Amino acid sequence: MAEHTASPPADITGTGDGGASTPESPAKSDRAVVRDALGVGVAVGLSGFASGVTSAGSGLSLLQTCALSLLVFTGASQFALVGAFAAGGNPLTAAAGAFFLGVRNAFYGLRLSQLLALPRAVRPFAAQWVIDETTAVSLAQPTRRGARIGFAVTGLTLYVLWNLTTLLGAMGADAIGDTDAWGLDAAGPAVFLALLAPMLRTTTERAVAGIAVVLGLGLLPLLPAGVPVLVAALAAPLVLCVEGYRSGRTGGGAGRTGEAGSNGQRHSAEAEKEDR
Amino acid sequence: MNIWIAIAVTAVGCYAVKLIGLLVPAGALERPVVKRLAALLPVALLAALTAQQTFADGQALVLDAKAAGLAAAALALLLRAPFLLVVGVAVVVTAAVRAMTG
Repeated sequence: MAEHTASPPADITGTGDGGASTPESPAKSDRAVVRDALGVGVAVGLSGFASGVTSAGSGLSLLQTCALSLLVFTGASQFALVGAFAAGGNPLTAAAGAFFLGVRNAFYGLRLSQLLALPRAVRPFAAQWVIDETTAVSLAQPTRRGARIGFAVTGLTLYVLWNLTTLLGAMGADAIGDTDAWGLDAAGPAVFLALLAPMLRTTTERAVAGIAVVLGLGLLPLLPAGVPVLVAALAAPLVLCVEGYRSGRTGGGAGRTGEAGSNGQRHSAEAEKEDR
Repeated sequence: MNIWIAIAVTAVGCYAVKLIGLLVPAGALERPVVKRLAALLPVALLAALTAQQTFADGQALVLDAKAAGLAAAALALLLRAPFLLVVGVAVVVTAAVRAMTG
């Protein structure tokens, strides 16, 4: 699981093959850890530019754009919120979609809390940096000292750069005017695709993605903006139930089979109801 | 004003889940089903968001230059291009197709 959650972000930075995700010798030097952390922090930090441009292009003010990067500081949620505004969504459904994307950070925090063993007083301050990239770098370190250095350097580099490039991107978007003419409206979905691609490893993930696309596009003309994405999120429990039902049948777990089956039916019934 | 409310709700919510992960005792969220769901939820959300932001204009489905840009980004991903290049390719191809088709 640790590998599963940590490797996609490492892959998307382009260092996944030979960089941060490859544990070297147990006696990995502090300098090597800092180098890995800086590599990830700089590469991803620069993409804050896309966040600033997309946000400003969606009609948010400079202050709102910067507040997003400073306070939310988890890229996918920021792009989701901004995209929902651009589509004219209700602010609360927009926030709900962004929130659900951020939920994965709780599971990163769970891993990191064991790994870093931070004093309780430090945790509220460290929490803002609990994201894909810091988790990937920290989990790749063989020692606690390395993990702490990796977390701190990645977090600091990313936080500073991401916010600087957000500011520059937002100011740049204001200066160039029509961001669509420059193709910058494609940056948001391209970021999502780049985050999604490394997760599509098994049939389960692909099934979830496929159903989510069908639900998200199929319900778009029928439901208020922002709601179809939330309904599409049901693809995850739906596929899990079907998977549980199947493994229950082949594995002979009679009790689980019944439970999973009725759950699956309930979810598809819900999806059908939403469809009408 | 509405935008500020949404920003505040998102910021508080996202910070809270980050902090919860650090504060809850190990094992509380370690049930396999919960972990599977947490791993699959972003897959569903990201897939739906990618599709919508590529093919939607308001509440209408459209096929425009963005589709070409995203196709180029997908190709770049298959060729294992780094993150920034993938986004750059999508932007450049979208702009080029838009310029050519008027």
